[in-house]
Amino acid sequence: MQLTRDEEEALAGKNGEALASAYRILVAIGEATGAQKLVPIKWAHVSGVNYNTIGDAGAQFLDKFSRTAKVAVRTTVNPMGYDRSHPEDISSRFQEKQSSILKSYERMGVTPSFTCTPYEVFSIPQKGTAVSFAESNAAVFSNSLLGLMTNKESALSALASSVTGKAPLSDLRMEEARNPTVGIESAYEFGNELDYGLLGYFTGKVVKDSSVAFGGISRLSTIEAKALSAAIGTSGSCGMFTLGDAKEKISFGKKEAKKVMDELNTAEEGDIITLGSPQLGMNELDLLARLSEGKKFRKRCIIFCSRAIHDQAAKIGLAGKLESSGAEFMCDSCTCLTPYVSNEKYDSVVSNSVKGAYYLNNSNKVKVALKDFRTIVREYVE
Amino acid sequence: MIINNCKKIVGGSGEGPAIVTAQPINFLAMVDPKTGMITDPKHDLHNKSIKGAVLIFPFAVGSSVGAYAIYSLREYGTAPTAVVCVKADITTSSGCAIADIPVVNLPVGAPVIKQGAIARVDADAGKIIVKD
Repeated sequence: MQLTRDEEEALAGKNGEALASAYRILVAIGEATGAQKLVPIKWAHVSGVNYNTIGDAGAQFLDKFSRTAKVAVRTTVNPMGYDRSHPEDISSRFQEKQSSILKSYERMGVTPSFTCTPYEVFSIPQKGTAVSFAESNAAVFSNSLLGLMTNKESALSALASSVTGKAPLSDLRMEEARNPTVGIESAYEFGNELDYGLLGYFTGKVVKDSSVAFGGISRLSTIEAKALSAAIGTSGSCGMFTLGDAKEKISFGKKEAKKVMDELNTAEEGDIITLGSPQLGMNELDLLARLSEGKKFRKRCIIFCSRAIHDQAAKIGLAGKLESSGAEFMCDSCTCLTPYVSNEKYDSVVSNSVKGAYYLNNSNKVKVALKDFRTIVREYVE
Repeated sequence: MIINNCKKIVGGSGEGPAIVTAQPINFLAMVDPKTGMITDPKHDLHNKSIKGAVLIFPFAVGSSVGAYAIYSLREYGTAPTAVVCVKADITTSSGCAIADIPVVNLPVGAPVIKQGAIARVDADAGKIIVKD
């Protein structure tokens, strides 16, 4: 990869150690993705905010990095570990560690969005705009539905792009990779968002290219597209989908869906219900409120969403409706790796999220009963 | 045995016993940073440690935060001494760039490196030397 003279100097440390590290990252990912050069980006979305994901080493790294690095473009950030207005269950140690991470990000000048669905909160740049999104569901959704151009970035590569305002011109930032040569042909009756999650998880596992085409699916609702994007991002390296056919075909049917269920659906029932991985948006809140109107959840139900979406939902009475059904809101955090859902408190949870199920099983170490929205309401709301 | 024409992703060199898998790795969900052990019972490196090894695997999958997980390995002293990928991904490259772990891609058609063989990766020269 060719660097400009300014970039070479920054890499050599002329503008400080933090920027030198950022360019070291950009050179490494540029080489890995076969880029010829760096290009400007308009927006970085950074992951690595939750203390449970980056740990002490990550917190210390950010503390040092943020002493000299500042964001160069709009930078939004992923959820943290908990909701500061609900610290009840959270140890003071966790709160302190989380607070140190937040301070580092604040010092750098990020927008304190704490959302994994920035595409539902912020204004969207023109189609074709280069961005750098670390959160995988956001990268897949934005490439596929919004026409933004990002690779499936890592927490550190998006951070490097945030402070330099640049990213490698490669892979999904170029037209060629955005035209899939591999397609998934679905001979499957998709009934709900969970089905699309199963398809996405299967896709991530079998497709090694950066993009994939889905044959046999003519349209997707936002709720379905979110579930599909999140699941693709969880299991593999594919970062974009289109609807249509491609040259090479892989089939997805009942057998493949069952295999994903066999892996991730590890319980029949759950002690609590957790919704929001990715965090719920207005569409999902509206659906859930309509389904549960006038009734009550039989089990504790936690809804994870961004504060921006929650506040909007509160203004139009939607949050109140869900709360009167017994649901609780946790803002700024999400299902995955939150101390709210730990194996010390719960053996199993009910969720409709394939992404959530993967992390709940593997990281939170709780068992998961995977059920779609309508089934959850049918079984647990009365 | 010498494998030439390895593409340099992160410069430097490192030596250690080869730990080889054909399965991708999710650094956030599958690796314990305090021990360097692979904790996923479904992974074929389950209960093996990548500490001090030359880790040979196709590419990383899963969470974008995996890059911090690689950095944590370095901080806990449990990092591999070098990483060899079939096709290095963004998580592996960025994490190793910050953790100062050399990374190369294997050339197409490279010979198989045996489990446990002592390997030296010289990323700057683009080669891997495997001791017989």
